[in-house]
Amino acid sequence: MTDVSLGIPQMPAPDYPADVRARLESDAREVIARYPGSRSALLPLLHLVQSEDGHVTRTGIRFCAEMLGLTTAEVTAVSTFYTMYRRKPSGDYQVGVCTNTLCAVMGGDAIFDELKQHLGVGNDETTEDGKVTLEHIECNAACDFAPVVMVNWEFFDNQTPESARQLVDDLIAGREVRPTRGAPLCTYKETARILAGFPDTREGAVEASGGAGPASLAGLRLHRGEAPARVVGQRAESPTDTGDASVEDGE
Amino acid sequence: MTVEPAEKLLAPVLSAFWDDPRSWTLETYRRHDGYQALSKAFAMAPDDVIAYVKDSGLRGRGGAGFPTGMKWQFIPQGDGKPHYLVVNADESEPGTCKDIPLLFANPHSLIEGMIIACYAIRSHHAFIYLRGETVPVLRRLHEAVREAYAAGYLGTNIQGSGFDLELTVHAGAGAYICGEETALLDSLEGRRGQPRLRPPFPAVEGLYACPTVVNNVESIASVPAILQRGKDWFKSMGSEKSPGFTLYSLSGHVARPGQYEGPLGITLRQLLDMGGGMRPGHRLKFWTPGGSSTPMFTDEHLDVPLDYEGVGAAGSMLGTKALQCFDETTCVVRAVTRWTEFYAHESCGKCTPCREGTYWLVQLLRDIEAGKGHISDLDKLNDIADNINGKSFCALGDGAAAPIFSSLKYFREEYEEHIERKGCPFDPARSTAWADKYRTEAHA
Ligand SMILES: Cc1cc2nc3c(=O)[nH]c(=O)nc-3n(C[C@H](O)[C@H](O)[C@H](O)COP(=O)(O)O)c2cc1C
Ligand code: SF4
Ligand code: FES
Repeated sequence: MTDVSLGIPQMPAPDYPADVRARLESDAREVIARYPGSRSALLPLLHLVQSEDGHVTRTGIRFCAEMLGLTTAEVTAVSTFYTMYRRKPSGDYQVGVCTNTLCAVMGGDAIFDELKQHLGVGNDETTEDGKVTLEHIECNAACDFAPVVMVNWEFFDNQTPESARQLVDDLIAGREVRPTRGAPLCTYKETARILAGFPDTREGAVEASGGAGPASLAGLRLHRGEAPARVVGQRAESPTDTGDASVEDGE
Repeated sequence: MTVEPAEKLLAPVLSAFWDDPRSWTLETYRRHDGYQALSKAFAMAPDDVIAYVKDSGLRGRGGAGFPTGMKWQFIPQGDGKPHYLVVNADESEPGTCKDIPLLFANPHSLIEGMIIACYAIRSHHAFIYLRGETVPVLRRLHEAVREAYAAGYLGTNIQGSGFDLELTVHAGAGAYICGEETALLDSLEGRRGQPRLRPPFPAVEGLYACPTVVNNVESIASVPAILQRGKDWFKSMGSEKSPGFTLYSLSGHVARPGQYEGPLGITLRQLLDMGGGMRPGHRLKFWTPGGSSTPMFTDEHLDVPLDYEGVGAAGSMLGTKALQCFDETTCVVRAVTRWTEFYAHESCGKCTPCREGTYWLVQLLRDIEAGKGHISDLDKLNDIADNINGKSFCALGDGAAAPIFSSLKYFREEYEEHIERKGCPFDPARSTAWADKYRTEAHA
């Protein structure tokens, strides 16, 4: 935790209100039943409490501990190890800009700088309206779509500073935003529930954005003798479109 | 252009129908011979399935290239303990981007492979440990598993075989180290993801101290095709020691980044030929053959066969076949600094060489990049990397040393230039995906 401990023992965390507790307990039992050993349910349960609170609260930690017969210290030790568990209240939309080497070089650094300036927040900070939390993230297994931005862990591929700015403006204005790969955005809490192992039941969520993304099909299309897919500017509003670079042979 | 069109070298297998509008569904998978290999497997004795996969020569696609059939054979049989299969879908090695598109477009190939693998090793509960940061893939895995249960491919008495299997999809929570197989097992048991001492190996004491196979997504997803089309077909591709097909992931300053599935042993030159080369007007400067943990190559290595032996002989590792290509606009010091920051951030802290070493590497590299370095820092970098490499508890440490050693080997002058000029000689704006677009527009 970020606060400095002064050696004063904290009071035990309050429990959830009875109705919330009952609902979460029933979900937790379903999760625990999936594993031969109950403790395996801890990561999903931490996702579950984030789906309730938006971050891992002391109440959430107490809940996990009680469900699994662990101490709150044991649960805290686990929750602080993993970057997806938030330690403080955050926005409805987590905007993560990949700044690992490949994306950074391809423009991720510029996108991150642009968003920091545009939103007036730093890394891991939330806009005043509580809508957007900005973060830089590590390689998200989408390097062939670089530079990549994730919003609530849905893919926004081939971004530019302009497209990313438009994206956060849309989020803040409450306009519908569709990822290049993934389903129409839900809130961070709803995402956390899917991560806890509860399938997304929204109509069309699984099929949204179609089969594979364009870059994933590069080799297949070539093998078939088809024209290559466009690699940039998949978002409708995106200003860039480099079109077809296939005739050039840089080698 | 080569005489024989380079794209003829490609052999899409796992990716063969990714362009189908509903490629991820059971219906599409079945239309492409899906779940037929399973019937073949059920007609064989479990030990024969293991022997068949071993004979095919399939090697692990998670980085180390360990023979898959041999790994299955290590599981003690008749020991009275439950056995587990855990599929490693943590895909977090920088540059690596094959399992995630594979699962997004064709999750049933993994599920069918898992059923076959579990039948072979006599496991009745299997897990997919998926990195949590890829919710679109999680959605499709949930759906694919639901479809597989509904169709009787999972659950009890699968397809009348008498074989039972439960499959649990488990989302991780953001930690690169959980891709390391023993850390993954600790994480799956609800603990901090820190590597375990080996021996005992997971095959003897893995999940819940029971015999466990941990395999990469692509390894397991390749199994149905091997059974369906035969091991001889599989061995007709690649080389004797590196047989078969695989997914190569081309990224960076190339004209057409993406997934290219073909026989092992293709070269980067061939891949670039078919991928339209580097972006127009630029040349290749450095690249990784298999993610950031594999020592980097330069344009001298364009003709290295991209298989386990070929890349090894040239001084690197095939790794995950993540071909991150950087052109001459890219600062090598910047690239290595960023990767090293990643390793320092992801170091689990269990052992001193990696925890402390990666920290000090970052301090030195940041100074050099900012023009505040000294020439003596270069030997210090080498020294620290040397104290991490081979002396750490797990392979994350070795991976952290790889970019340091290899960049100093090929680009020492570039480090020196940063120090002498007291700054970085590169303009990062020129490396961006849109740099040339704006320049051409301005001149149009
Ligand atoms: C730091 C680190 C991260 C790793 N990440 C992954 C990963 O994300 N996916 C993977 O399959 N293997 C990863 N591995 C390799 C695994 O430890 C293991 O070798 C692999 O899952 C075995 O599968 P295979 O035999 O099918 O290749 C990683 C290893 C290390 C040291
Ligand atoms: S090498 Fe690094 S990641 Fe591996 S055990 Fe040591 S500290 Fe942890
Ligand atoms: S470096 Fe950004 S997705 Fe891989």
